[in-house]
Amino acid sequence: MQTKRTIFQNKLLPYLLLVPQLAVTIVFFLWPAGQAVKSSFEREDPFGFRTTFIWFDNYLQLFEDPEYLNSLGRTAIFAVSVTLLSMSLALLFAVAVNRLLRSGRVYTTLLLWPYAVAPVVAGVLWWFMFNPTIGILPYLLARLGISWNHRVDGTDAMILIILAASWKQISYNFLFFVAGLQSVPQSLVEAAAIDGAGPFKRFWTIVFPLLSPTTFFLMIININYAMFETFGTIDGSTGGGPAGATNTLVYKVYADGFLGLNIGSSAAQSVILMLIVIALTAVQFRWVERRVQY
Amino acid sequence: MLKKLSMAAVAVALSATSSLAATEITWWHAMGAELGQKLEGIAKKFNESQTEYHVTPVFKGTYPETLTAAIAAFRAGQQPAIVQVFEVGTGTMMAAKGAVYPVYKLMTDNKEPWDPKGFLTPVTGYYSDTEGNILSMPFNSSTPIMYYNKDVFKKAGLDPEVAPKTWKEVEEFSKKIVSSGAAKCGFTSGWISWVQLENLSAIHDKPYGTLENGFGGLKTEFTFNGDLQARHWENLKKWADEGLFQYGGPVGGNDAPPKFYAQECAIYMNSSASRAGVMLNAKGFEVGFAPLPYYDDAIAEPKNSIIGGATLWVLNGQKDPNVYKGVAKFFTYLSKAEVQADWHQFSGYLPITNAAYELGQQQGYYAKNPGSDVAIKQITRGTPTANSKGIRFGNLTQVRDVIDSEFEALLAGKKTAKEALDNAVVRGNKILRDFEAANN
Repeated sequence: MQTKRTIFQNKLLPYLLLVPQLAVTIVFFLWPAGQAVKSSFEREDPFGFRTTFIWFDNYLQLFEDPEYLNSLGRTAIFAVSVTLLSMSLALLFAVAVNRLLRSGRVYTTLLLWPYAVAPVVAGVLWWFMFNPTIGILPYLLARLGISWNHRVDGTDAMILIILAASWKQISYNFLFFVAGLQSVPQSLVEAAAIDGAGPFKRFWTIVFPLLSPTTFFLMIININYAMFETFGTIDGSTGGGPAGATNTLVYKVYADGFLGLNIGSSAAQSVILMLIVIALTAVQFRWVERRVQY
Repeated sequence: MLKKLSMAAVAVALSATSSLAATEITWWHAMGAELGQKLEGIAKKFNESQTEYHVTPVFKGTYPETLTAAIAAFRAGQQPAIVQVFEVGTGTMMAAKGAVYPVYKLMTDNKEPWDPKGFLTPVTGYYSDTEGNILSMPFNSSTPIMYYNKDVFKKAGLDPEVAPKTWKEVEEFSKKIVSSGAAKCGFTSGWISWVQLENLSAIHDKPYGTLENGFGGLKTEFTFNGDLQARHWENLKKWADEGLFQYGGPVGGNDAPPKFYAQECAIYMNSSASRAGVMLNAKGFEVGFAPLPYYDDAIAEPKNSIIGGATLWVLNGQKDPNVYKGVAKFFTYLSKAEVQADWHQFSGYLPITNAAYELGQQQGYYAKNPGSDVAIKQITRGTPTANSKGIRFGNLTQVRDVIDSEFEALLAGKKTAKEALDNAVVRGNKILRDFEAANN
């Protein structure tokens, strides 16, 4: 290595420079997460008068609860569907916009709008369109002979929240894909075109592999989004129902903690959720990142 | 000019200090829209009636949100003096002895007149401890009743002045309504857990839980999976499949009111406090009011229905003792016959005191507004039994969610009525044991 290295004599300075970032991490992550871990080992009345340390009772109860195990499965379906749907549609839109020269900016702006919509509003919006009583879509679907009722049918409800959550996330994914596509060297694509590769072949053999860092990054972000940030969407549309069909892990944390006031169980659930997401991210970095070409 | 200005400044400063001198009382509530405005009007009138205290109402969202916010605030030492808690939260509040300043004690401590006998018995019974002391101030109590569309009844060839009395008649009428094409569905209902299970049990004198429906202590267990309840749920499922009944959604059933307003469903069962909304939205058709239906082969004379709505709880921990004095004064104002009668007649909530009911009678309100006394007649009929005086369970919000979700499983055809209710009892009992463990 020929690069010159600057050496700071001051031992304290690096730590000092890290302080703001560390402070933010401690105050907004480690401290609350620590509190959650502590609460997950306790049983407490809502007002906090009586607190008993109960070891792993909260966790054991969860894994004996068929509703919780169901919720795990539903969350998996939900997270995978939202990630696949929002990323594939976003990629499709990005590729389409990338081919446009002048109108591309207009489409980009329009496609970004849903991202500015609050999750709850997105939930209400889709709830309204699909409302079995007053919505327009069930009315149209009924004409096609499809009966839609997400109030009773769990599958309908799951489709509804997947659509609502994906719709919101498409904008975000789209933006990153557009940026990623612009950094794909045109010369490579042109060279392939001259060699006789068709548009599909060019896309799958050149553009898509070169996009893989973006795709990988978005995959992690999207899974985290589906796991954590879709609470408002679910609350605004199905409220976890019917019969718990859309009660994902994060929604259950809210429902048990804030509506049911069962803080211990809710804390245990959020700790498990945190572990799942850490594990998923670790797996992705360990196994999936190997296939990413930077 | 300068003199005038300085005078004005002094006047402003004076008025500011005089308003500062008034003791501030914060009141967290969950009344949105028209009801919220009315509530703020009540607080405003109280503030104008005297100068010592100032009540500030703060809207905190839905009932569960308000309760959660109050609990979180209490844990942080920032609690309001008064919080409105729905009847479902009663068990939770009663168990939190250190957090609550019982209203009977508040009134005697502050030497305000307090006559528990002046209140309607079904209301006070619900909010009293085992010794009969009222723990929270009754404010807005309701009970479910039946609303029906007279125009649709006429179209279906039914007598618009005759409401179905029994469930058998509800079925017959609904069939006529649907087959004649007068409406798409016979009936819908808000609050499945409250109307089609809790009140169903009370009206038919069937126990909802052991130990006098939970009034006897924390060791209570649910028993709402009896034959009658299973029969009713089986019927609801059958009627849903036949298109006679439409489900309005979980918790309060947000989809139920539009079904009635849009004349899609001819009959609508919901809180008496839905009256204001019904009157506002029932455009182009006439509304009839009637008591909830019952199974005449199960009970000859149906018992009283039970209440819903909310009461005002006073929270401990205000630093200034004057705050509690002001709260007591405000409660005295709230229980005045004129204030109560006005609130009741506007909203459809029950008149909380006998005096307010009598005042309404004197004013000729019930004669002028037929059907407006259905709720109070239904809740005061007969002698309340252990099964009809109300229910008291901890974590009832969660239990109601369980009931909704089991009802949805029934509608989706995944379970029979008996299986759904049995499972709801098992899951509900687990929640009760959690509550018991947390409060021992």
